[in-house]
Amino acid sequence: MSILVNKDTRVLVQGLTGKTGTFHTEQALAYYGTKMVGGTHPKKGGETWSSGVDGTELPIFTSVAEGKERTGANASVIYVPPAGAAAAIEEAIDAEIPLIVCITEGVPVLDMVRVKAKLDKSKSRLIGPNCPGVLTPEECKIGIMPGSIFSKGSVGIVSRSGTLTYEAVFQTTNEGLGQTTAVGIGGDPVKGTEFIDMLEMFLADEATKSIIMIGEIGGSAEEDAAQFLIDEARRGRKKPMAGFIAGRTAPPGRTMGHAGAVISGGKGGAEEKIAAMEAAGIRVSASPARIGATLAEVLKG
Amino acid sequence: MNIHEHQAKELLKGYGAPVAAGVAIFSADEAEAAAKSLPGPLYVVKSQIHAGGRGKGKFKELGPEAKGGVRLAKSVADVVANAKEMLGNTLVTKQTGEAGKQVNRLYIEDGADIARELYCSLLVDRTTGRVSFVVSTEGGMDIEAVAHDTPEKIIAVDIDPMAGVTDKDVAEIVAALKLEGDARADAGKLFPILYKAFTETDMSLLEVNPLIVMTDGHLRVLDAKVSFDNNAAFRHEDLKGLRDLSEEDAKEIEASKFDLAYVALDGNIGCMVNGAGLAMSTMDIIKLYGAEPANFLDVGGGASKEKVTAAFKIITADPAVKGILVNIFGGIMRCDVIAEGVIAAVKEVGLQVPLVVRLEGTNVKEGKAILDQSGLNVISADDLDDAAQKIVKAVQG
Repeated sequence: MSILVNKDTRVLVQGLTGKTGTFHTEQALAYYGTKMVGGTHPKKGGETWSSGVDGTELPIFTSVAEGKERTGANASVIYVPPAGAAAAIEEAIDAEIPLIVCITEGVPVLDMVRVKAKLDKSKSRLIGPNCPGVLTPEECKIGIMPGSIFSKGSVGIVSRSGTLTYEAVFQTTNEGLGQTTAVGIGGDPVKGTEFIDMLEMFLADEATKSIIMIGEIGGSAEEDAAQFLIDEARRGRKKPMAGFIAGRTAPPGRTMGHAGAVISGGKGGAEEKIAAMEAAGIRVSASPARIGATLAEVLKG
Repeated sequence: MNIHEHQAKELLKGYGAPVAAGVAIFSADEAEAAAKSLPGPLYVVKSQIHAGGRGKGKFKELGPEAKGGVRLAKSVADVVANAKEMLGNTLVTKQTGEAGKQVNRLYIEDGADIARELYCSLLVDRTTGRVSFVVSTEGGMDIEAVAHDTPEKIIAVDIDPMAGVTDKDVAEIVAALKLEGDARADAGKLFPILYKAFTETDMSLLEVNPLIVMTDGHLRVLDAKVSFDNNAAFRHEDLKGLRDLSEEDAKEIEASKFDLAYVALDGNIGCMVNGAGLAMSTMDIIKLYGAEPANFLDVGGGASKEKVTAAFKIITADPAVKGILVNIFGGIMRCDVIAEGVIAAVKEVGLQVPLVVRLEGTNVKEGKAILDQSGLNVISADDLDDAAQKIVKAVQG
């Protein structure tokens, strides 16, 4: 099993015709034949996209709604530039796409405030923006994660950082544990999905035997997630967990690359997050190079 | 992007917010004309720097007895005397760090008779995903201290983006700030104005501290601090002129030209990393092994060879840097592009310090081969742990 995506996920690409969309669609097709079913472009509907790697052809539709109707797509991935990303998400929400993954970095935060209000009343789940996507090994790759580092296994991974997701994946592969699904929820302050929803899914997924959660400075999502885990443990739901928090050495008041990674007003520091996660039974690695090893130690007991 | 108080007030005035009359000056010669253009008899001379705590700040050059960065003046001559003393000197406040900031401009403002000092800010609440008014009756002081000591005195009102600021929202804010009479009537206009300014210009923070009730019973924006969302800069060409490059680190300005996320730090190990989380972690692991990072640098997802070269040059231009750690886990970013960029930069600017490179992910074999064949003195590392230990050892000997 897995969460969010599997071999039956049918993916529509918003922004397929651009350079980024083309490159990562080629990569996705090459990853165990992820079912990429088409793309959208307001002016290129009716045309055909073809992969520069193996010539695979995909139809381009004028709108997400049309693409969904014609292909049975149940997910979309967005590679649209920042200025149009919010509108792309809203179009996918209107088309009632169940899973929307927005890779785009640099979406204005007030656009996301508007999107979130719409999302809350919708049937869709949004992952991102500013995220690396979702990958279930040997089944489906949505987004930009390098498929070669994954192996099928038992660890669920959820992270606010793209490249740290890769670290966790790579390290769990090297430990021989492998992954059920890895989800990058993104580094923006206002996003579609927070840790809690992903932890809920991993706790419910039978194939997921352990979980890695990677956070970073800024906001209080890690603390909220820790409280959720404490509450679930009281109800008897609990899985072994390891974690990591990036930004222990970050100076307050400075935004560290991710729009959401900033310690402001004396809040959002790393130490509070680490303490909250440890109180919830997560073993937090001090080194980003030992996330996998830390989980392996937890599993050995 | 942060802007100065006088710019923020000008912007808010354009939206109809009540602010005092004032003039920004860049040299003491302008002080007399500026003061004479104001009604008087009370004036305020305010240092314009991008940092808070100006009133309690001290000028480095003037000694401990001298007055702070915000001063009251009771005559035009008094304004001129203060302007001469303040301009060009270095103001050290709680937020500037020990180095302080040079005061290159002053804001000469008409004085106000203050009855009450309140706090009001707008920001994006990450938990609710909404713009939120944060207000308190405890204005004019450090709001972080108020939040710490008396959190019950801070009240947040979230705004539904579909509805905007409703009468109910205003009523909540009015009750929280205990506004009455004319101030209550003013509030009905002011809070929607602040929200409009915030959303239309894509601010990430608007802080009015203090918002005052004057002795005549009306509200006035006495101080204003504004930051804009850099992600929205593309739709606000008109605001770009407000940027004050003298407030920014030279290396950070250079980095921003190449769209690199760079933050200067105090250590001696320069870092070039892809991804914000990994870049922060690279700093953390350097510290874990007993050294200090010289910078945060995220080259981003789809960096070109030119961007990588620019990044490398910014790092090597920092005289504090005694060693460089390049840490790349390629997803979008391809390791061969990184390798080519590093080599191009080294060829251009040379390499006087140890360089440790750790590559992993997309096209890692190609990247390593390019580095191996370059003939450069690159210390290659197997993983992040290995890389951090190698660079710390190389720098500390």
